[in-house]
Amino acid sequence: MIAYLARRIVQSILILIGISAITFALLYLLPADPVRQIAGRSATPATVESIRRQLGLDQPFLVQYGRYLWNLLQGDLGRSYIQRSEVSQLIVARLPATLLLMIGAIVCELLIGLTMGLVAAVRRGSRTDDSLMVASFIGVSAPQFVVGLLLLYVFAVRLSWFPIGGYGTFSHLVLPSLTVGIMGAGWYARMMRSSMIDVLYQDYIRTARAKGLDRLTILVRHALPNAILPIVAMVGIDIGILMGGIVVVESVFGWPGIGQLVWQAIQRVDIPIIMGVTLVSAFAIVLGNLLADIVAPFIDPRIKLR
Amino acid sequence: MKKYLVSTAAAAALALGLSAASASAQEVDPNAKPGGDIVITYKDDVATLDPAIGYDWQNWSMIKSLFDGLMDYKPGTTELVPDLAESYEISPDGKTFTFKLRPGVKFHNGREMTAEDVKYSIDRVVNPVTQSPGQGFFASIKGYEEAAAGKADGLSGITVVDPSTIRFELTRPDATFLHVMAINFSHVVPKEEVEKYGADFGKHPVGTGAFKLGEWTLGQRVVFEKNPDYWHKGLPYLDKITFEIGQEPIVALLRLQKGEIDVPGDGIPPAKFQEVMNDPAQKARVVEGGQLHTGYVTLNVNVPPFDNVKVRQAVNMAINKERIVQLINNRAVPANQPLPPSMPGYAKDYKGYPYDPAKAKELLAEAGQADGFTTDLYVMNTDPNPRIAQGIQQDLAAIGIKANIQALAQANVIAAGGEKEGAPMIWSGGMAWIADFPDPSNFYGPILGCGGAVPGGWNWSWYCNEDLDKKAAEADSIVDPAKAEERNKMWSDIYVKIMEDAPWAPVFNEQRFTMKSPRMGGADNLYVDPVHIPINYDHVYVNDVQ
Repeated sequence: MIAYLARRIVQSILILIGISAITFALLYLLPADPVRQIAGRSATPATVESIRRQLGLDQPFLVQYGRYLWNLLQGDLGRSYIQRSEVSQLIVARLPATLLLMIGAIVCELLIGLTMGLVAAVRRGSRTDDSLMVASFIGVSAPQFVVGLLLLYVFAVRLSWFPIGGYGTFSHLVLPSLTVGIMGAGWYARMMRSSMIDVLYQDYIRTARAKGLDRLTILVRHALPNAILPIVAMVGIDIGILMGGIVVVESVFGWPGIGQLVWQAIQRVDIPIIMGVTLVSAFAIVLGNLLADIVAPFIDPRIKLR
Repeated sequence: MKKYLVSTAAAAALALGLSAASASAQEVDPNAKPGGDIVITYKDDVATLDPAIGYDWQNWSMIKSLFDGLMDYKPGTTELVPDLAESYEISPDGKTFTFKLRPGVKFHNGREMTAEDVKYSIDRVVNPVTQSPGQGFFASIKGYEEAAAGKADGLSGITVVDPSTIRFELTRPDATFLHVMAINFSHVVPKEEVEKYGADFGKHPVGTGAFKLGEWTLGQRVVFEKNPDYWHKGLPYLDKITFEIGQEPIVALLRLQKGEIDVPGDGIPPAKFQEVMNDPAQKARVVEGGQLHTGYVTLNVNVPPFDNVKVRQAVNMAINKERIVQLINNRAVPANQPLPPSMPGYAKDYKGYPYDPAKAKELLAEAGQADGFTTDLYVMNTDPNPRIAQGIQQDLAAIGIKANIQALAQANVIAAGGEKEGAPMIWSGGMAWIADFPDPSNFYGPILGCGGAVPGGWNWSWYCNEDLDKKAAEADSIVDPAKAEERNKMWSDIYVKIMEDAPWAPVFNEQRFTMKSPRMGGADNLYVDPVHIPINYDHVYVNDVQ
C-alpha cells in the first residue's frame, strides 16, 4: 500500500510537470504577443522591447520554462501581466468560491442523478423509466451556457425565487450548482440505473425477498448501499469534468471563482494566470483521481492496489 | 518678452480656440443633492488602479476619480482646464511649460501634494522598471532618452522650482503637451505609498482624487468612498460607488430592469439593443453620444494591387456604409475621414468618397483590374465583426473583388497587421483606434504616420507619406493656444490629403449608449463623457437622497 502510494505520488508529480511543460509550450507558440497586450497601442517599439526585457520574454523558450519551473517549485506562480498582482493571491482569493460551487454541483448531481437512476431501475421498462432516461440524455447533452441562462431567466427574472447572479448567500449558490450538476446528474442517473439493476438480480436480494421482507426495506437496506458505493467512488474522477463546466457557468452567473479568472485571462493573453489556473485545476484532477483509486478497494474488496 | 500667461478657466477656452466666456472650470451643479450611493457592474476584473499602468477603458475612468493631473477636461466635454495646476505659462518658443500648483491639495493619506510629487510621478512612468505603457507620451521632455533607457535617475527636463512650481523643458515645441498633462499616466502619486506597496500599488491606490478606495474584494467588488478633503469643495456628490465585478452584460441589464443596479458598465448587450430601444420607458433612460472612435478598413499599400491608389479609392466607393451601420442596429454613424466628428479638427465640409459601385468598377478597370481580383480581409472573430466583414465582402464582390474573410483572435489580427505584407485588408472592429486624448494629432502618428509603419506597429496600411509627416510635425509645433484654430485646420488638411491617397476606407464612428437607472441625475453629457467611460463618476448624483 505504501509502495503503491509513493509510486502514485511520484507519477502525479511527473504528470503535473508534463502538463506545465505542454501548457507553457502551447502558450509560447501562440502567435499572440503578450507584451503587445501589456504595452497597449500607444507604446513605442522601444517601450515594447523594454517591457519584454523586464519580463524576461526575450529569452529562449527553455530558459523561460526553466525559470518558470524553478519558481513554481518554490511555490511562486509569478505575477499577472495585466493585473500585476501575484497569481497565487488571485487564485487563493477565488478558490473558495470555486470549491463551494463544486460541492454544490456534486450534491446536486448525486441527489438528482441517484434518485432518477433508482426510480428508473425499480420501474425498469416502464414509461417512467423511458422518460427519465430521455431526461438524463438531455441533461448530458444540453450546453451549460444555455441551461444557465434558461434557469436564470425562469427562476431569477420571471419568478424572482433566486437572485440574478452574484455570490454570497445560499440562494446565490442554488442555480449555478444546479446548472453544473444537471450534466453530471445525467451520467449518474444512467450509472445508478444499471448498477441498481445489477444488484436487484443478485442472489442475496432474492433471498431477502424469500425471507418475506417488504420491498422498501430490501431496496433501502440491502440493494441501495451496494449499488451506490461504486458510483460514489467516481466523484473523484468527476472533478475533471466539473472543472470544464465551471469555467462557463461561473461566467454566466458572475460567480467569482477561478473559472471566471481564467476566462478573462485567456481573452487578454495573461499567460501567468492561464498557467496558474491550469496547474491548480490539473492538481485538483490528479488528486481526485488518486483519491478515487485509493478509496476503491475499501468500497469493493475485489479491487486490489498493486 | 511676450509670454502666454493663462489662468484657470480662460486657459482651456483659449487652448481650443473657443470663446473665453466659458464659466468656471468645474462648477457645482445647483440641482445636485450630495449623498447616496450607486452600483456599477462590470464583466471583467478591474486590472489595476495604478495610473502609471492602467490602460483599458474600464480602469481609465476609475483612475481619474482616484487621482488628479495638472490638467483635466471640463466635465462632459473635450475642453482642457487646469486641475491640480492653478495656472500655467508657456514660453514663446513653445518649449518651456511652467505650472503653478493649487495650494492645499492633500493626498488621501493626509499629506500635502507638492511639485516634488509631480516630478516623481512622471519620472516613475518613464523609468523602464515601472513597465508603463504610457512611457512614450513623455518623449518630448528633455532627458527622455536617458531616463527611458534606465540610464538616468529621472528626466533632466523637469525642474521643481519651488514646492508649488514645476517647470518642464521640451526638446521640441509640443502642442499636445497640455493633453499629456491630463492623461492618467501623468496623474500624481505619493512616493511613500508607492514605495510601501511596491508592485501592489495598483491594488492600494492613494491619490488626490474625488474618491478614495474603500474596499477591494478580488473578483467581487471594488468600493470607492467620497474623499471628504477633496480640494474642489462640493464635489463629489456621491458618498459611495460600488463596482460589482464579474457580471455578464446581459445579466447586468436584467438587474438594471429590476432596479438592483444603476449603470451597466459594459453597456447594453447587442442582442438586447433593439428590445431596449423599442421600449419607450427604457429608451428614455439611454443616453446617446459620440465617441472618439473610427472603424475602418486598412488597405496595405505594400500588397498589390492595393499599391495602386485607384484600387484603394475603388474600395472606398464600393462599401455601402449606411447598410453596414444598419448591420449593427444603427449604433454608429457613417464615416468619411479618419477623425471622428466629435474631435477638434474634424473636416466638416469634406464629403469623402460617395457610395458608387459603378464608378468604383471604372476605377478598377483603369487600374488594370477590370476582372477583379482575390484578396484576404482580416477581422477579429467576435460579434459583430465577422458580420460586418461579410457586409464588406458582399459590397466588394459587387465590383469584382473576391475577399476571403480571415476571422482570427484579436492578437493574431494585430500580429498580421504588424507584418509588412501580412494582411492586405483588415477590418479594425474590436481593435480600432480610440483616442487617448481629444486632439487631432492622436489619430496620426502610430496609425497613419511613417513611425507606425514598422514591424509590430499599428499602421496596418503601411502608408508612409514623409511630406505629411513634416506637416504633422509643423502643426504640433504650434503651441500658442491662440492659434489652436489654425493648428486644427492644418490637421484637417492633413487628413483630407490622406483620404486622397485612401490608405483607409473609413466605415463608421461608433456611438455610445449608456443606460442608467431612473434615480440617476446630472447632465446627459456626463453619461457620454468623451474622456470618462462609461460615466463621469465625480459629477453624477442620485435624485432620491433623503
